[in-house]
Amino acid sequence: MVRNFGGFMLRALFTALTLFVLWLLMSGIYKPLIVWLGVASVLVAVMVVRRMDVVADKGRLEIKLKPFAIIGYWIWLMVEIVKSNWAVSKIILSPTMTLNRHHFNVPCTQKTDLGQTIFANSITLTPGTISVDVEDGSFLVHTVSYSDDSLSALADMDARVSKIESAVL
Amino acid sequence: MTLTLVVEIVSWMLILAGSAFTIIGAVGTLRFPNFWSRLHAASVSESAGMIFLVMGMCLQAGVTLVTVKLILIGAFIFITGPTSTHAVANAALMSGEKPESDVTGEKASKGET
Amino acid sequence: MFLAAAIALFISMVMVLTRLYAGPTVYDRVLALNSFGTLTVLFIAVLGFLSGRPDFLDIAILYALINFVGTIAILKFFRYRSLGDISQVPDKKGHDQ
Repeated sequence: MVRNFGGFMLRALFTALTLFVLWLLMSGIYKPLIVWLGVASVLVAVMVVRRMDVVADKGRLEIKLKPFAIIGYWIWLMVEIVKSNWAVSKIILSPTMTLNRHHFNVPCTQKTDLGQTIFANSITLTPGTISVDVEDGSFLVHTVSYSDDSLSALADMDARVSKIESAVL
Repeated sequence: MTLTLVVEIVSWMLILAGSAFTIIGAVGTLRFPNFWSRLHAASVSESAGMIFLVMGMCLQAGVTLVTVKLILIGAFIFITGPTSTHAVANAALMSGEKPESDVTGEKASKGET
Repeated sequence: MFLAAAIALFISMVMVLTRLYAGPTVYDRVLALNSFGTLTVLFIAVLGFLSGRPDFLDIAILYALINFVGTIAILKFFRYRSLGDISQVPDKKGHDQ
């Protein structure tokens, strides 16, 4: 059933280690009995994950991103979130809410599913733009303050997300 | 001990900013005229309010296990908040709620599905 | 000062509940419910700091997990069961959420 047995065991070990570190961070009580209970729960969780992995072997998520570029992208995204929050807050608090609602298609150039997910989540995370629907190669985006350069701003974000993808396929 | 004072002031400012953004988002949820614009107002309190409040509480807690839990909560909401907003929007679109457009004279490329 | 944050969160929760009560469409209500859940997580965390009991954060983590799964479950129910005319739903790609 499982072809690549070595890689499989390595993944199981990595999962167990990650879960145990998470358990240690969550628990905060380090008596022997409690720690052994934690080890037992990690083993049960790894067994369950292993069964799921065998059942849905094709749907496994593979993270292929550049680890250092993603930090830079994250900082840029934070600044964008604060800026767009400020813009939407001004609209909400102004006595006459001047809405300029519109919906349009934004092409996306990411190759992997994870890259597309990051792009769509980044669009939704900045208030003022929401990704409503995914079609082949483009997102339907709804915005509350449409202007002429909102399409180019999203194209800029698209290029940045594509840049943090490492070369695959 | 000027460092602790600076950390204290910054964390209070972050918490106050987070509270302000949360209230602004809630006001927008009440004031905006229809569903598609309310989505944007709800994401104000979900992104900026949440991030500022969690960062402020992290600075208050210092380097402890409490901070780890707070960062875990923040990361989880950071990922799932947009996902559920997208799910609500997509479900509304599928059920036939038409997003309206205030822009005239410009054809929405494929919006009229 | 945590008291100010708690009061602000409480006021926001009341406003969102008003929208939950008044919302004309069902999706307004789901949106308000999701927003209310996020605010509740933050409120529990702030309350833990306010009363000096950081154990509250475990409850907040649990609530965050349940809130997300609950929202997705409600939406899936709306889409594939009753509460909406299934025959009118455009079956675009049939993807699960």
